[in-house]
Amino acid sequence: MAKVREVEASLVTEAVRGLFFKANVSIGQDVYNALVHARDRLEESPLGRSVLDQVLRNHDLARDGHVPLCQDTGMALVFIDLGQEVLLVGGGLAEAVDSGVEEAYREGFFRKSIVTDPLFDRRNTGTNTPAVLHTRIIPGDRVGLLVAPRGFGGENVSALRVLSPGQGPREVLEFVRDTVEAAGPEPCPPTLVGVGIGGTVEAAAIMAKRATLYPVGRRNPDRRYAELELRTLEVVNALGIGPAGLGGTVTCLDVHMDFAPAHVAGTPVVVNICCHAARHAAVTI
Amino acid sequence: MRHASRLVAPLDDEAVRPLRSGDRVLISGVILTALDEAHRRMTEYARENRALPFDLEGQVLCYLESSPTPPGRVCGPIGPVASGRMDPYTPLLLDLGLKGMIGRGRRSPEVIDSIVKNRALYFGAAGGAAVFLSGCVTRVESVAWPEMGPEAVFRMRVEDFPVVVLVDARGNDLYRDGPARYRGGGSPPSKEGLTGGP
Ligand code: SF4
Repeated sequence: MAKVREVEASLVTEAVRGLFFKANVSIGQDVYNALVHARDRLEESPLGRSVLDQVLRNHDLARDGHVPLCQDTGMALVFIDLGQEVLLVGGGLAEAVDSGVEEAYREGFFRKSIVTDPLFDRRNTGTNTPAVLHTRIIPGDRVGLLVAPRGFGGENVSALRVLSPGQGPREVLEFVRDTVEAAGPEPCPPTLVGVGIGGTVEAAAIMAKRATLYPVGRRNPDRRYAELELRTLEVVNALGIGPAGLGGTVTCLDVHMDFAPAHVAGTPVVVNICCHAARHAAVTI
Repeated sequence: MRHASRLVAPLDDEAVRPLRSGDRVLISGVILTALDEAHRRMTEYARENRALPFDLEGQVLCYLESSPTPPGRVCGPIGPVASGRMDPYTPLLLDLGLKGMIGRGRRSPEVIDSIVKNRALYFGAAGGAAVFLSGCVTRVESVAWPEMGPEAVFRMRVEDFPVVVLVDARGNDLYRDGPARYRGGGSPPSKEGLTGGP
């Protein structure tokens, strides 16, 4: 029989707790550097530069004081890559994750923003749970955890369209441009834009979400998609929306695309927007 | 860019008149917070001709939400919510004497018309600068409707709270004019900026 590695559920709880602590008070160095570069080199609007400066000073204050960098500490999004040789013991996976979220949000003085029911019973759960959990089973005996507290400025203006088979890269670019333009100041620009192309509607949505979490500057390994990313970034920044939507040349820090094989009859495209408070953290157990 | 001007809240016509959309302003003094639920309540009071438990005359109302207050701090991180949520209630409040609002995001044409009619200002505070903004708050006290919890009405004493005039008393809207100024412009994405990742 193949070897299995036992992993205590409490380890998952502990890891999730730690990751949300970290993610809520500090952004990745890639986004930080991109904001610095935008302030010092790219942004032509003086007002835009002053917004970026405020945002950067805020990042330093949040990190040093261990306080959440945005008051909207978001919905807890958790991606798990579960090695198929792992045997989780001492509790269920979803429960372990939710316990970690609950502890982090309570102990960190993070805002709890989840209501029990979207339509009929908008009561706060009081714990910021349940988390939104996406699990993949992968080879090996490791557990990969990627968490992202997601504020709703960007979610509120994200969009889905299904392209017909005759449509292509140009329509994708136009869809992204139109979505960013319609969003205007609402998602707290400069943003990170994730685009999922192909598969089914929910597969495209998950690809788009994951794409928002790629490091700034990462390009799609397929040269054609990489070029489409850069072209789209250029077109989006030419909209002039700028930092906080006050007008400027940096509306978006980067556009990331991901694609999957599609049905002959249609291509779902999801555009997911993430604000400049692009918080996430990852660890492997 | 003009230097940031200083304003003391509450405001009067004199203070509002010279400001133009795009101006940076540092607000000091006393401002009120109110979100959706409080707006609904204020509207009910006005419709029933009841006096509000606080005076709106000259006030600056901010649409700020916060994370819980950690021990030893005046307030948790604070930031503006999407102001559009308050649009249906706003013209009535402006008619009642409200002079300024702080939030983020676009307002309806009705709100902009009412801002002009009542010679008021709509200010923007940056989203995602919550710790920085909370550092400008020196005192928070509950004013009305404590049963609304964090959404109750609070009076906040602020010092040099940084905002930008989004809509001025002539109806100029920075969300329209700012992007128009930079549309089509902008440098091509620089290679350097795109490889800053770790
Ligand atoms: S969109 Fe992002 S930065 Fe803006 S308020 Fe929401 S979480 Fe904060």
